[in-house]
Formats: sequence, structure tokens, C-alpha cells
Amino acid sequence: MIRGGPGYAAAALVLLFIFGPLIVVFVRAGGGTLPGPADWAAVRFSITQATLSALFSVILAVPVARALARRQFPGRSLLITLLGAPFILPVIVAVLGLLAVFGRSGVLNSVLIWAGLPPVQIYGLHGVVLAHVFFNLPLATRILLQAWQQIPAERFRLAASLNMTAGQVMRRLELPMLRTTLPGAFIVIFAICLSSFTVALTLGGGPKATTVELAIYQAFRFDFDLGRAAVLAVIQTLLAGIVALVALKYSRGEGFGAGLDRVVRRWDAQSAGLRITDTAVMILTALFLLLPLLLVVINGIAGWAKMPDQVFTALRVSLVISLVSTAVALALALPIALAALRRGWIEVIGLLGIVSSPLVLGTGLFLIVYPFADPARLAFAVTGLVNALTALPFVLRVLIPSLRASEKNFGRLADVLGLTGWARLRFLLLPRARRALGFSAGLAAAFSMGDLGVITLFADPSRATLPLQMYRLMGAFRMEAAAGAGLLLLVFSLGLFWMFDKLGRGDVDA
Amino acid sequence: MLTLEKLEIVLDGFTLNADFTLEQGRNLALIGPSGAGKSTLLNVIAGFLRPRSGRVLWQGEDITDLPPGQRPISMLFQDNNLFPHLTVTQNIGLGIRPDLRLNAAERAYLHDALERVGLAGMAGRKPGQLSGGQQSRVALARVLVQRKPLVLLDEPFSALGPALKHDMLRLVGDLMQEIGGTMLMVSHEPEDAQMIADVTSVVAQGTVTAPKPTAALFENPPKVLRDYLGT
Repeated sequence: MIRGGPGYAAAALVLLFIFGPLIVVFVRAGGGTLPGPADWAAVRFSITQATLSALFSVILAVPVARALARRQFPGRSLLITLLGAPFILPVIVAVLGLLAVFGRSGVLNSVLIWAGLPPVQIYGLHGVVLAHVFFNLPLATRILLQAWQQIPAERFRLAASLNMTAGQVMRRLELPMLRTTLPGAFIVIFAICLSSFTVALTLGGGPKATTVELAIYQAFRFDFDLGRAAVLAVIQTLLAGIVALVALKYSRGEGFGAGLDRVVRRWDAQSAGLRITDTAVMILTALFLLLPLLLVVINGIAGWAKMPDQVFTALRVSLVISLVSTAVALALALPIALAALRRGWIEVIGLLGIVSSPLVLGTGLFLIVYPFADPARLAFAVTGLVNALTALPFVLRVLIPSLRASEKNFGRLADVLGLTGWARLRFLLLPRARRALGFSAGLAAAFSMGDLGVITLFADPSRATLPLQMYRLMGAFRMEAAAGAGLLLLVFSLGLFWMFDKLGRGDVDA
Repeated sequence: MLTLEKLEIVLDGFTLNADFTLEQGRNLALIGPSGAGKSTLLNVIAGFLRPRSGRVLWQGEDITDLPPGQRPISMLFQDNNLFPHLTVTQNIGLGIRPDLRLNAAERAYLHDALERVGLAGMAGRKPGQLSGGQQSRVALARVLVQRKPLVLLDEPFSALGPALKHDMLRLVGDLMQEIGGTMLMVSHEPEDAQMIADVTSVVAQGTVTAPKPTAALFENPPKVLRDYLGT
């Protein structure tokens, strides 16, 4: 086996980076004012929007997952791949695409005005919920599809031999599965939406649509009230921490959509009516997910020439931050994962990144840095570090199962050959973890590239990452330039993921 | 000389006792019903399992607490005997040096072993590009270069067809003569034992009988063996 020392050191570092800022936040909040009515309104809004977002995502995912589970059609595997895309899609890019469809002068309003109907307004609660459904409907669908496929094919065969109708199959086989799966899917998505910042920043705002995370940002940016920011950060940590821990229990082995390309043969759902329903569901889902992205591409090409030079400076900054934070995430994850082979509880430390939100960590780091140095000068370093800590849980959840499988299948052979330490790493664990390493590096890189979070607290007007630059362009109503930057960001986020994932797949016969 | 001294092995509430000595150069077949503990016994000798009590000795030296890689043992498992991501050369090379830094002499030695098992042209291939029989030969080439005095076989050829399996067993017999080592193999089939094992132990009803000459044992089988063979 491999010595655990470096793993314990890495785990200690993670603990320090997560609890250090948290402790500072709690201490500072102790001297701050008690939460006021505006703060409680933010708590209420956070919970309301997360509840609605999770509810709609989960309910709408049922027909989508059912259609995917029982139909074979051209483009099915493409659609399933697409369902994995929101994970690596920058939130701000998706918001831009949603604005192009549902915004003031978007496609939907053009149609409504043409038909003589009143236009819709995307900003506020329903806009926030819409964006969250855009991101989490695919996730809910993948969770449900996986559960659907865990119903053994023999059950459906038995149902067919008993001549059960589609409705009876639903009642006897599918509803019991949904009853056990839906609560888990709901709580996972609820937790994600509770801590989502970018969507609230771009589509929320105002006293009626401010989440706790957004309130932290506003306390920084508008009032520079660090005490209030700390109080809000404590509230957010308690709120999100509890929910995230519950969600984590449910989300084990969600698997990022791997192995979902199997279709179980069904005899009960062959009627024309059900075929038409499923087809309509598939088309609407594809349209809902693809149209915004398509418009990002089209508008991006149109706005390409309008991009100011700062966009390209910001692109370089973002690329460096992304690569550095990916390297940091892997450098922390690998020793922790190796140590977790011996002592499972080490894994939990790596997962703590989920509990504390990036904005809370940012607040704490700001409070630590502020007395000594200009936080703006450390904006990029802090962003890279926080992104690495946020990506760490996802990297670990891909990496650890891969290492465990290697030890299970080849551990005895390696033992008998005396493969220990570096030799074991080099000839057994690393080569076999190559796919997992590539995939998780891709996740970390794309995530960091597209993240708009902690940077908003630290950056001064002279500094920006690409997502922040894009947000500033949107704020200045330079929508064409923002569209160009959006396309750039989309290409680079997906490109980074593709590149790392490809590197991991080099060895086909391994 | 391998000595199992008052070994008591407990696994999942099931106990197995072994207390015997195997002379150097012997090939021992462990025969008995599945679940009787044949593989468990090999795992204790190899160091993957700790006995509850008793000792494992090699040439009179206690090896009970040594880690698997430091024992004078090479072992072939039922499956996963090769790393699928490494080439044939690398897989065999690990038997010479775990860091794979081979000098010219060691490389030549590896090549001889490859030739010896009849895979001279396959050096650069990966296991996935080989047939099941060829994969077994690669594993045997590694046993050959490891030159460990004690070889344990936990039914590594059970996935092969009968003809191929007999080829492999013959090859094992030849290689064991070259190495001059001691071998323990697990088997279900009496004919396997009769083919290459000069002594046989029966593993059944919680005990391992002391090794007896194979031919004599099958000519006049004791009750445990008769029960197993159904004769």
C-alpha cells in the first residue's frame, strides 16, 4: 500500500483553508449586528426559490426520464450527453442564453408581441427559478433515468406476460421507484439552488429577489459592511451546511450520467398516444436546453467583433486561474484519495468543500487578508484557491472509486510483486486512474473557467476574469460584446473539459 | 522446505487447520470441494490473510508476519494476473524489479523467459491483444523470472479449455524443474493433480491432510477423498 502521510497533510491543508475562513467569519459575526428584516427576507427568498426550483426540476424530469427510459430514437445518446453538459456550462453563459430566449427582447417576447399578447418579464423569482430549472432539469433527469434503469428488465418482461397496461406498469413498477428516488433528487437540487450565486446576481436582485449569497455580495459591494457580510455568511453556512450534508447522503454514486445508454425493451408503452407524448416531451426538452445555447453561439458570432480588448486580457487571466486551480485540486485530491484507500473517513474532509459556499469562503479570506494587504491584489490567487476547494469534492468522488477498483482487482498481484510506494503509484494506480483523472481534471478546469463567485468580492475595476468581464459588459448593456464574450467563455470551458477528458482516454485498451 | 506449524485459520466463522511440512522441490496439489478453504490456505501462506494462530515457516524461518512482497513466493490468482494497462515486457519486468529499471542483462534474461514460454514476438503487446492461453504464458514467464523458491497457483487456468489447461500445467511442471522450487496448486480435478503433482493434500471438513504421494493416494483413497470424488 501507499503511505498515508501526504494525504493527511493535504487533508489538514483543506481543513485549514475551509475552517480558517469560517472561524474568522464566525468571530467577526459575533461583533456584528443581529440579522435585520432584510436579512430574514433574503433567507425566505433563498428557501422559496430553492424549493420551487427543485420542485419544478424534479416534476418535469419525470416525463423526460420516462421517455428516455422506454424509447430508442436517433439522437438519444446525444440528448443524454447533453444532459451532462450543464455541469461544465458556465452559469453566466446559460443566463445570457436564457435572456436571449425569455428576456425583454428575446425570442419568446417577439412571438408574444407578434401575437398581440403582453410580453413576459424574466427578472425576479420566476427568472431565478427558470434558470435553476434549466440547470437542474438535466441533473434530475439523469438521477431518475438511472433509477429507472435499475428496475430489472425482467420485471417489464413479466409485466408484459401479464398483459399489464402502461398505467398498471406505472403504478406497480415505476411509482414505487419514484417514491424512493424523488426525495433524494429534490434535496440534492434544493441544496444546489440554495447556494447558487450567479443566477441570483444576474436575474434576481432588489429587495424581493435577493438570496443570502447575493446579500453577502451586496453587503460587500454597496455598503462595505463587513460585519453584516459575516453575519450573512454564518446564516448561509448553517443553512446550506445542514442541507448539503443531507443531500450528500442521497447523492452518492450519481455517476455523472455514465452507462445510461441502455434501453430496456418495453411492451406496455407502444400505443400511438404514448409515442406522441414521449416524442413531444423529448422535442420540448431538447428545445428548452438547446435553444438558449444556440442563441449564445449565433449572437456570439454576431458580437465577436464588438468585444473590447479587456475580454481577451480576462480570457488569459481565466485560463491561468483555471489551470492553476485544476492543478491545486488534483494535487490535493490525489494524496487524499490515496489515504482514503486505507482510512475511509479522510474522504469526508475533502467533501467539506461542498458545505461551505464559495462566497462564504471568500468573505472569510477577505476578512483575513484585509488588515494586511489590498484584497484586490490577491483576487486571482484567492479565486483559484476557492475554485480548487469547490472542485475538490467532485474530483474525489470520481477518483476514489477508480482507485478502490484498482486495489480490489489488482492489489494482491501488486502485493505479491512487492509494488509499494512510488512503483505502485506509477505502474498500477496512476495508469488505471487515468480516465478518472482526466475526467475530473476536465470538471475542475471547466468549473473554474466559468465560475463567477468569489472574484466579485475581491476584484477592483482594473481586474477581471472572463465571466466577470462578461457580467460587467451585461451590466453596461453592451449585450453584443457580452454575447461575444459568452461564446468565447463557452468555447473555452467546454474545450478545457474536452481536452482533459481526451487526455484521460488516451489508453483505449487499459 | 515449507512448514505449516499448527495453523488455525478462521474466516467468516469457518475454521481450517493445517499442520504439515512440504519438502523442497515437491509439487503439492490441494484438492477438495469448493468452499473448503483451499484458496484461503494459499492466501495465508502468501500473506494476504493472517492465521488466528500457528506459524508459517520457510527453511525454518518464521515468515508469518512478513508482507506478501517480501516472502519467497510468487503466486498466480484465478484472474487479474496481468496489469491490462502494461505491455507484456513491463508485466514480466515487474517480476524482476518493481521499479522496472532493467539493465541490459536483465532485459536479455526477460527476453529468454519470453522465448521459453513461446511468446517471442509479443513483447510490445498489451494483455487485451492476447488470447487467454497467451496471457497465461505471460504470467508464467513472470513466475520464471521471479525465481522465487515457492510458487502458489490458485487455479489460474480454470478459464481455459481442457487441452489448453493441460498445456499450461505441463509448462508449469517444466518450469518448476528449471526453477527447482516448491509448488502448491489448488485444484478441483483429480487429473490435474495426477498430471504434475507428486504429492497431494485433501482439504475438507476443516482440515488439510498431510501431503501423500499422489499416485498412492488415488489408488487407495481415504474416506475424505472418496466422499469428494463420489466413489
